[in-house]
Amino acid sequence: MIDKKLYDMPVDTDLAWCPGCGNFPILNIVKMALAELDIMPQDVVMCSGIGQAAKTPHYLRVNYFNGLHGRALPPAIAIKIANPKLTVIAESGDGDTYGEGGNHFMHTIRRNPDITSIVHNNMVYGLTKGQASPTSEKGMKTPIQTGGVVMEPFNPLATSLSLGATFVARVFSGDIVKSKEIIKAAIEHKGYALVDVFQPCVVFNKQNTYQWFKQNTYYLDEKDHDKKDRMKALALAFETKRMALGILYQETGRPTYETLLRQGDDPLFQRVRSKQALEALLRSYQ
Amino acid sequence: MKRFSGDISIVLGGAAGQGVQTIEALLVSVLKREGYHVFAIKEYMSRIRGGSNSTEIRVTDARRSAYVRRIDLLFAMDKDVLLHLEKRLTKHTLVLGERAKIGASHQNVIDIPFTSFANELGNPIYTSTVAVGVALGILGAEKSVFETYLREHFARKGEEVVAKNIEAGEKGYTFGKHIAYDVGIEVHIKHHESVKKELLTDGVEAVGLGALQAGCNYISSYPMSPGTGLLTFLAAQSKEFGVVVDQAEDEIAAINQGLGAWYAGARAIVTTSGGGFALMTEGVSLAGIIETPIVIHIGQRPGPATGLPTRTEQADLNLVLYAGHGEFPRAIYAPGTPEEAYFVTQEAFRIADTYQSPVFILTDQYFVDAIGSFPIESLKNVPMKNHIVVTKPAYKRYALSEDGISPRGIPGNGQGLVGVDSDEHDESAHITESALVRVAMHEKRLSKMRGMRAEALLPTEIGDVLHADILVVAWGSNRGVLEEALEHIGRDDIAGLHFHQVYPLPEKSKKLFARKKVVMLENNVASQFGNLLKLEYGIKVSEAILKYDGDPFSVEEVVQKIQKIS
Repeated sequence: MIDKKLYDMPVDTDLAWCPGCGNFPILNIVKMALAELDIMPQDVVMCSGIGQAAKTPHYLRVNYFNGLHGRALPPAIAIKIANPKLTVIAESGDGDTYGEGGNHFMHTIRRNPDITSIVHNNMVYGLTKGQASPTSEKGMKTPIQTGGVVMEPFNPLATSLSLGATFVARVFSGDIVKSKEIIKAAIEHKGYALVDVFQPCVVFNKQNTYQWFKQNTYYLDEKDHDKKDRMKALALAFETKRMALGILYQETGRPTYETLLRQGDDPLFQRVRSKQALEALLRSYQ
Repeated sequence: MKRFSGDISIVLGGAAGQGVQTIEALLVSVLKREGYHVFAIKEYMSRIRGGSNSTEIRVTDARRSAYVRRIDLLFAMDKDVLLHLEKRLTKHTLVLGERAKIGASHQNVIDIPFTSFANELGNPIYTSTVAVGVALGILGAEKSVFETYLREHFARKGEEVVAKNIEAGEKGYTFGKHIAYDVGIEVHIKHHESVKKELLTDGVEAVGLGALQAGCNYISSYPMSPGTGLLTFLAAQSKEFGVVVDQAEDEIAAINQGLGAWYAGARAIVTTSGGGFALMTEGVSLAGIIETPIVIHIGQRPGPATGLPTRTEQADLNLVLYAGHGEFPRAIYAPGTPEEAYFVTQEAFRIADTYQSPVFILTDQYFVDAIGSFPIESLKNVPMKNHIVVTKPAYKRYALSEDGISPRGIPGNGQGLVGVDSDEHDESAHITESALVRVAMHEKRLSKMRGMRAEALLPTEIGDVLHADILVVAWGSNRGVLEEALEHIGRDDIAGLHFHQVYPLPEKSKKLFARKKVVMLENNVASQFGNLLKLEYGIKVSEAILKYDGDPFSVEEVVQKIQKIS
């Protein structure tokens, strides 16, 4: 286990998050998980989009690609393919991943690259000041949805399970110890791992609070729950009264996208193109 | 008696699925191997079966790479072809086809009983080979070359298929010889020993070969005509050359993947057409601020929106020139020949990598589909170099520098950490709202334009530019038609200028326009490149020859329009 301090930014780093934000414990959990897994900062790439959660890569010492809104996953896939030796984490919010990036979310799951998606799910838009997010509950009033949200909330767990995701989990940012173990399992999982993180937004979401998350969630019994049963996991994903925390589903042994799309795990930048092969190809047009 | 000397235009026409493409591929390959200069261009409808499509194959004494409107020999596979090509048929056109199928509406129909040939051979599949044989027989080509080619081409399909095709070719060839004799067709086209060894490619293959030469090892794209050919080409070579090929869920994913790939050390290209590129534009802007290289191939087709999906136009120059919000450097190439495509594609990778900026290769349907041959010696190679550094612990991705270029590290290659950020950022790639840092970073990025301009490719002078009074200016796919039209006109007072890099423009070429009447030749309405020349060089453009009906310029119409210039 390496020292978690290797992941710490200088103490004077200005964090743009509000006091009491659920992002702080998530940042801490991710640093602890990486340190406990013995992964050096140089071997980690964190991809993010735009939003408060998407600022995470600026607050820990790793390589990062802080790209466009909704577009954390396409570069993450490409980075993993270009250099499979890197640990690639896509970290963004519910609006970024499930809304703006919805198409990438669906098709990344279908590809099953060996990357981890950590989605900060606070059921509201923070950075743009309090509008509904794809996961907002029906009836939630916002400055835009003045009569309350009328659309059904997006169900990331059921969606990912139906698209064949190989690792689907949900955690709560208020529980550092349990969340850390699940995120470690997600990073270690060979294939696409989705960790939906329940997290309160203390400024803009007055209904899904710390208290609300505690009252409306429960942990799956690890002994009792069969992680290999996709249909059981799907049933759990559709429960809305009390929502399950833990690893709902995990399938091992499915080939990952990068192993199917390329040979070996050598970084592409180290490859040398064969002059003979190029010459032979040109001659084939004679 | 029909006599063709030095230049014959053979057109094959039929519905999609009737073998026109097969005949084109066979005929062009065999003729090239026999030492003929060939040039082929197809036009087709946006449908899988039916409709009416055609391919023009020019066989000429001199090297030509332009479309002519004239049809000397028309191989018509059905009746619709005559209707479809009606306006190009003249009393001199000889129509070859099965009279029962095409009727006798045209005076010069020569019957080729394809159905009875198919019955004799036991399968209509061999009709294409019969047709190739007929054409070669009429041209008086060498039969043995044809046989050798068929043997090689069909080898994978087994001895029986080879034998049947040779039989079909033989029947067609003999029939063609008879027609030539009976009708009195004489064809005199020179063979060149040197042409036999030339490479025969279409435009998009030349782009693909250039990309492989430039070390391209990643393509992520969403299919869209006429940009798809590059994706297909690299997919076919993916095993041999270790190219990662990802068919993205949309063009947004494609360019964001491309940028992720370059960030991690790969050399990526994306390919699309105008509509798909419209979706990529935010990614172009991202490339600008994160200073990550990306090479983008755009095969233009007529818009707006879906437009004419399978036709040609040069109307996306403005889109590419201004794509992406904010200000950042870029370079745009527009090859006019396969050799130029091979070269500028390598240049595109080199410039993208050196200046950490988005670089475009702008082609069009006409260019990607046009087939021609060129000597292997005419291919210019750009030395391949990966501009990446091994990072030290204190590495800063956006270190300020004189020329605006910060050494580019990649993750997992050294002790440093490599961050890139779409927000305005400081030297360490962290978000900033400092006005001072913003100005320094913005000026650093834009200062790379100086180097990119200094390296801009010079235009090709056609004729005596220095002494001419009139200068006809073309870019991209119009090089061949301009060259041939000017040669045909043969006037000392008119010269041509062709740009295969359209942005930035080389400063020293401005003087070529001094005291000239400038006439633009472009496939668009607004004379987009003419406007760019005015903006960049401050010159006056007097006239523009413009075409935007979806078809390429023909040599005849360019000759006619240039002759009208006073």
